Amino acid sequence: MKRWKLFIPLIIFAALSILFWRALDNDPSELDSALVGRPVPEFQMSTVKEPQRLVTQEELKGHDFALINVWATWCGPCRVEHPYLVKLADQGIPIFGVNANDQLSLAREWLDERGDPYTFSVFDPEGKLALDLGTYGYPETFLIDKNGTVLLRKTSVLDERVWLNDFQPIIDQLNN
Amino acid sequence: MVPELGHFALLIALCLAVGVAVVPMVGSYTGNTLLMQSGRSMAVGLFLFALFSFLCLVWAFTHDDFSVAYVASNSNSLLPIYYKLTATWGGHEGSLLLWILMSCCWLLAVSFFARSLPMVIHSRVLAIMGWTAVGILLFTIFTSNPFERILPGSPAEGSDLNPLLQDVGFIIHPPMLYIGFSGFSVAFAFAITALLSGHLDSAWARWSRPWTNIAWGFLTLGIGLGSWWAYYELGWGFWWGWDPTENNSLIPWLTATALVHSLAVTEKRGLFKTWTILLAIATFCLILLGTFITRSGVVNSVHAFANDPERGAFLLGYIVVVATFSLLLYALKAPSVASLSAFRLSARETFMLSNNILLTILMATVLLGTIYPMISEGFGWGTVSVGAPYFNFFWVLLVVPLCMLMGASSLSQWKQTSAGIYKKYLKLPVLISLVVAIIFPFIYGDSYRIGGAVTAFVVTWIVAATISGLLRQTRNAPSFWAGLRQLKLGYYSMSVAHLGVALLFLGAGLTSIYDNERNLILQPGASQELFGYHWRFGGVQEVRGPNYLAEEGQVWVSRGDRVLAELAPQKRYYLSGAMVTTEAAIQGNLWRDLYVSLGEATEPRSAGGWVITVYVKPFIAFIWMGIILMSAGGLMALFDKRYRYAQARKDASDQAGSASALGQATS
Repeated sequence: MKRWKLFIPLIIFAALSILFWRALDNDPSELDSALVGRPVPEFQMSTVKEPQRLVTQEELKGHDFALINVWATWCGPCRVEHPYLVKLADQGIPIFGVNANDQLSLAREWLDERGDPYTFSVFDPEGKLALDLGTYGYPETFLIDKNGTVLLRKTSVLDERVWLNDFQPIIDQLNN
Repeated sequence: MVPELGHFALLIALCLAVGVAVVPMVGSYTGNTLLMQSGRSMAVGLFLFALFSFLCLVWAFTHDDFSVAYVASNSNSLLPIYYKLTATWGGHEGSLLLWILMSCCWLLAVSFFARSLPMVIHSRVLAIMGWTAVGILLFTIFTSNPFERILPGSPAEGSDLNPLLQDVGFIIHPPMLYIGFSGFSVAFAFAITALLSGHLDSAWARWSRPWTNIAWGFLTLGIGLGSWWAYYELGWGFWWGWDPTENNSLIPWLTATALVHSLAVTEKRGLFKTWTILLAIATFCLILLGTFITRSGVVNSVHAFANDPERGAFLLGYIVVVATFSLLLYALKAPSVASLSAFRLSARETFMLSNNILLTILMATVLLGTIYPMISEGFGWGTVSVGAPYFNFFWVLLVVPLCMLMGASSLSQWKQTSAGIYKKYLKLPVLISLVVAIIFPFIYGDSYRIGGAVTAFVVTWIVAATISGLLRQTRNAPSFWAGLRQLKLGYYSMSVAHLGVALLFLGAGLTSIYDNERNLILQPGASQELFGYHWRFGGVQEVRGPNYLAEEGQVWVSRGDRVLAELAPQKRYYLSGAMVTTEAAIQGNLWRDLYVSLGEATEPRSAGGWVITVYVKPFIAFIWMGIILMSAGGLMALFDKRYRYAQARKDASDQAGSASALGQATS
């Protein structure tokens, strides 16, 4: 055995620790706000229900406020929050979906089985739009205003508590 | 007063740990017997003070001493007494104290049960374990003191234990996990001692093997309990979610599993020595690394440990010291323990080697997937998420060959195995597995699923090949049963653990392939036919628990005229905070779980309609049975006579006492 090979574990470990050291300074929860105050990234993509229809960021605009929800059929917490999204949609709140890293047939089945709360769901099989949105955990929900500016970003399950604590105050402000 | 005593005891424990770390080590280099022997009495003291400190924290919880910051943020006077006890390890600081206590238990056990070791080796092993205890004690005392007071102005009421943790699964999951985690400090200490002494023979492997197997058994059980807890407590209906915290216990488990196998080769054949040492070091470092990742906030996780960059920096510093020291020592001293031996491609060693390679690749993929968001962020590639598809892809790709090899390995022998043996004993298992694989998807499920066929094939293969191995082992005995009684304990524990893997594979595979779940909107009294069962919703009523209010649904599940289950899923609103939890209701038998969780009330509320999620989880019980069998296989080492009695060291050269049952059977 070549002696230098024995140093490989030490070198791998040193590289890892430099990485970790840098990561310590980045607080993931701070990144939540990176997009806040900025417009939704540009995109042109088809939708889950109508593959021939192309939608862009322009079609998200024009509502007093709207939600963008990043989801996938393989994401467990998405199942948990789905009924609540359906409930919000029933109340007339516009929700746009981003179906990321997923298969079309599974996504359609999902919406047929559980109900479709989305005005439309952007079909994003390679997760490009999700990447532009800075998604690092599924599900994620964004609140945008009528110009398409991001007002709030929330990772993980959207439920009544999150809605009342985080979303409602901003919406109340908008309404005033 | 009591919390101060606890804190004080912790400081004394630190002093004693430093003593254990330094004094016997000095003795081992100067040849001073007195210094070497002092390690044991200090280990006793260390254990007693750690225990006392832990009990002080328990006292603070049972007496609702909310002036202690940790108690105030993890307990509440309304909390039932058994949860007050378990709240002791419900948060960051207390779980570290539990870890300390477990480490001291191992230290004590090693100081008493490893007395047959040569004194120099024994005192060095103790000293290295002492160093690991010093590290975690320093971390706890300086960054995470559980006894810190809020004075003046201590709160009159605590803010409650996280409701998700108010559960029986949580009472036992962390202790098992921490016994497992801290148990690998023994293997680590043995490895470092071997490097320091520049001497590693099969006797060394024989001493460190049972400790490693036992720690592995506890770690397996701990991870399994965590998975069980997530399955029924989170109400999401799944048992593994590739969450960073879950991955961080899985990563060291994979290297530990490789270590268990590699140690067997080192003991029986004197091979893979440096590799075994590297695995022991890697397992311990990965356990620390996992702790760092979950407790420093560098990766987002559903697990709610308070994240604190200062703690992260301290932990990272600790890991850097441990890993740099041990890996540098490894790089410099490994050649002195390298093995000189050869084996044939068909021999058992080849199986062990491929097992180790596959497990290491698996570990690397899980580690990469877990830290990839951090790498991508570090290089400015944007923040990304690695989802379940990535992990599932690699697992299916690697675990299937791993299990196939595992089945065949039960026929292999050390050194060399003739192809004729494989042909003779594996023909039937191949045939049976193929037949089962082809037939199973036709008779089970609605449509033919290729995944079902693969699962059936692999599981049948493992079981059939293991039985075939047993048949071969017992072929010279008057009967199969008589032969079974003569088998060595080691062979039993291997077979039991491997059958456990088969059951786990069966449960995991079939649950994910044939899983059924649907959201229903039901009015009280309404019912629906679904997945072959009749689900009737009885409505929702308010119930009151000791520290929560709940909406409790009533769902009857029947098939034909027979009512199979009356399920009562709940949504709990804890009185102490805004936390809402979903308590799934489960009725299970061997073949399937009926799993119901309560969603939201539909509008208008007066109509009484609710969203209810129903799941039929086939074969999920096999997952739990598989995990229990696997850990039982590891824990069997507890009963190994060879390890319990001081055995003359002449055994090192004499394989008779410990030779593989396989080797004997063929000689």
